[in-house]
Amino acid sequence: MDAQTLDGGFGSPPQESAQAFRAIMNATAQPGTIWQVAGAMPPAPVSVAAGVALLTLCDPETPLFLGASIDSPGLRDWITFHCGAPLVSADQARFALGIWDDLPLDDFALGTAEYPDRSATLIVELHALTDQGAVLRGPGIKDQAQLSLPETAAFQRNNALFPLGLDFIFTCGDRLAALPRSTRIG
Amino acid sequence: MYVAVKGGERAIDNAHAWLAEERRGNLAVPEFTTDQIREQLALAVNRVMAEGSLYDPDLAALAIKQARGDLIEAIFLIRAYRTTLPRFGGSLPVDTANMACDRRVSATFKDAPGGQVLGPTFDYTHRLLDFKLAADGEAGQVAEAAPLQGPTPHIMGFLDRENLIQPEPAGEETPADLTRAPLELPASRALRLQALTRADEGFTLGMAYSTQRGYARNHAFVAELRIGTVAVEMEIPELGFAIEIGEITLTECETVNQFQGSKTQPPQFTRGYGLVFGMTERKAISMALVDRALRWKELGEDDIGAPAQDEEFVLYHCDNIQATGFLEHIKLPHYVDFQSELELIRKLRRDAQVAMQEAAE
Amino acid sequence: MTEYNFAYLDEQTKRMIRRAILKGLAIPGYQVPFASREMPMPYGWGTGGVQVSAAVLTPDDTLKVIDQGADDTTNAVSIRRFFQRTAGVAVTEKTTEASVIQTRHRIPEQALRADQIIVYQVPIPEPLRFLEPSEVETRKMHALEDYGLMHVKLYEDISQHGAIATAYAYPVKIEGRYVMDPSPIPKFDNPKLEMAAIQLFGAGREQRIYALPPYTKVVSLDFDDYPFQPSKADHCCAICGSTTSYLDELITDDAGGRMFICSDTDYCATRVEDAG
Repeated sequence: MDAQTLDGGFGSPPQESAQAFRAIMNATAQPGTIWQVAGAMPPAPVSVAAGVALLTLCDPETPLFLGASIDSPGLRDWITFHCGAPLVSADQARFALGIWDDLPLDDFALGTAEYPDRSATLIVELHALTDQGAVLRGPGIKDQAQLSLPETAAFQRNNALFPLGLDFIFTCGDRLAALPRSTRIG
Repeated sequence: MYVAVKGGERAIDNAHAWLAEERRGNLAVPEFTTDQIREQLALAVNRVMAEGSLYDPDLAALAIKQARGDLIEAIFLIRAYRTTLPRFGGSLPVDTANMACDRRVSATFKDAPGGQVLGPTFDYTHRLLDFKLAADGEAGQVAEAAPLQGPTPHIMGFLDRENLIQPEPAGEETPADLTRAPLELPASRALRLQALTRADEGFTLGMAYSTQRGYARNHAFVAELRIGTVAVEMEIPELGFAIEIGEITLTECETVNQFQGSKTQPPQFTRGYGLVFGMTERKAISMALVDRALRWKELGEDDIGAPAQDEEFVLYHCDNIQATGFLEHIKLPHYVDFQSELELIRKLRRDAQVAMQEAAE
Repeated sequence: MTEYNFAYLDEQTKRMIRRAILKGLAIPGYQVPFASREMPMPYGWGTGGVQVSAAVLTPDDTLKVIDQGADDTTNAVSIRRFFQRTAGVAVTEKTTEASVIQTRHRIPEQALRADQIIVYQVPIPEPLRFLEPSEVETRKMHALEDYGLMHVKLYEDISQHGAIATAYAYPVKIEGRYVMDPSPIPKFDNPKLEMAAIQLFGAGREQRIYALPPYTKVVSLDFDDYPFQPSKADHCCAICGSTTSYLDELITDDAGGRMFICSDTDYCATRVEDAG
């Protein structure tokens, strides 16, 4: 196990994960808002924010899917050491990490009518993350908000499944935003 | 002017100080030690370990002392401590066939390999207060027999070999953990048994008793009740084999129950099962009866609507820590909700009186 | 209290609760099952709220705890102390100074801001529970959006009493989808449920977490000809004179004399200070 595997976790997990969670929670509760996070240094090309999300939310109880273009032995070792999340195929995953084109949306769990919470949360790495772009409406948004989504049709389809559906965390550098299934697009 | 009641903090501090004084009682009487509780109130310790789901006689004794002998309070202390403990891993399943039995009785066979061993039981004591004990609790020397060599086979095994009892093959799957995942219904039998083994003894006893009186009667015979110690083994990945990490006392009860059969299947007896930490046979027998009653669906029986057949009713109400917390919370302030009811009932009465007057006029 | 982790719970437990909170926010009004832990206070005394607060608090937070609107009721004092000891957070009685507010049975009179979080202690999260005791059945009803039973109950109230006879824990519908129990707040507080702050609901014994993101649409159930009416005692506060705040009723003498004072002690004290 090389040094890079051991490095890059939270220095003081209880405090740093609490702060990171607040950012992720605020992002989920207020779609379109962008939050800065810190404390994780995952192996390249994974962003600080995606690393923070993994450390904050994933553990041995959350099977994780890795998109092909970011998957590497170094990242696998880092995740195994810091999160302990089992790496699985998309249909088994509670979480996923990848770039937009990496994620087979149709394969992830959407939840069931009785347990809509049993659905996957996708951490999507973006090249750019701004509060300009698709118009968002719904819970957490006073009138309307905007977010630079990678596309709109997929998110509209996802919203139409409500209360089933996928939830998204978008990461870029040390910033993140979120798009829960409840958000209406356009 | 009215000043709202203040001083919640001071009231709490004073209450705690008073409680500590009451716990100690009369200072002229020597304080008792947790060792004494562990050794001399062992059955209370066992109950706290069983319903607290933590096998540690010293901590259970401490909890009993701290709780002034209120066993549900002691169980609560243990549960709240237990939930903070890190988990190092799971043990291998304990092998009760290899139990070193202190007690082993069967109600179905007069004798069987291993014999009937009464052990330290209250069963045939006459319940006469022993006034001598008030002054002098020293026990005399008791005769000791040589321990039995080799395993004591389960009585059920003899019925199993004849295919007289419904088989229960070993499974490979890891059962869900009631303390780590929210209860989901319908629950597997493994999950039901987990809930029952830490269920309140009184609740389980009452449920079991109701089945005997006809609310889902299942004609239970105690095929075997055994109490003794078993080894706990754990697989150590670095070593590649299992090592013994300790020894625990368990009570196991297997009941043989009314038989089933159909045109395609010859009749077979069915089973109920109880397994509880420590020497806790009332609880283990109760557990076996309730387990059997809850199995109506998988055994193709009718739901006669008996409480002990209702998995949701039993599993949601058997935990005394949940029950006592919610029961006792009604002594907390409810001014606000009560006030809203007061306003509503006054308004409804006013409206009703107006309506009645109008009707009279 | 160095022998326990920051905010008492171990990190794995907090992650489990945090995941449930996020799913709750993503599906407003839906009750997310979670593996509630045994806490060092009894079930029914706020263990759900305490677990949610523990999962949400950061060292920079300022916590306010109220019970029946008051900061000095014994259980509020006890929970506030718990977090002072285990999380070392700052505490306050001022609604405006708090970043996290844990509450039992009230929403503060002062409107909450977008940078605040309110955590409700919930005894029975299932709004249909008193109409249908079985969890298996009520879960089906939510899945099928079958709330006929609730409408029948409200209608029966009207035919029997001439009004909807629910005064607290008054059911609400969230974004036109899930019927939700807002916890036993008086129905006076229901209109405040549409607010700028994040609202989190924790039911420890019943192992459920649910949530309302800011500005989520919350409608109190009613009928066109019997519209929802928030209500309070028809008096003003004997201390601060407020005519708009929710009031507690006190019995002041053997002759049954009554007095009404604000249930929200900080609101009342602030008004007295501002006036003085």
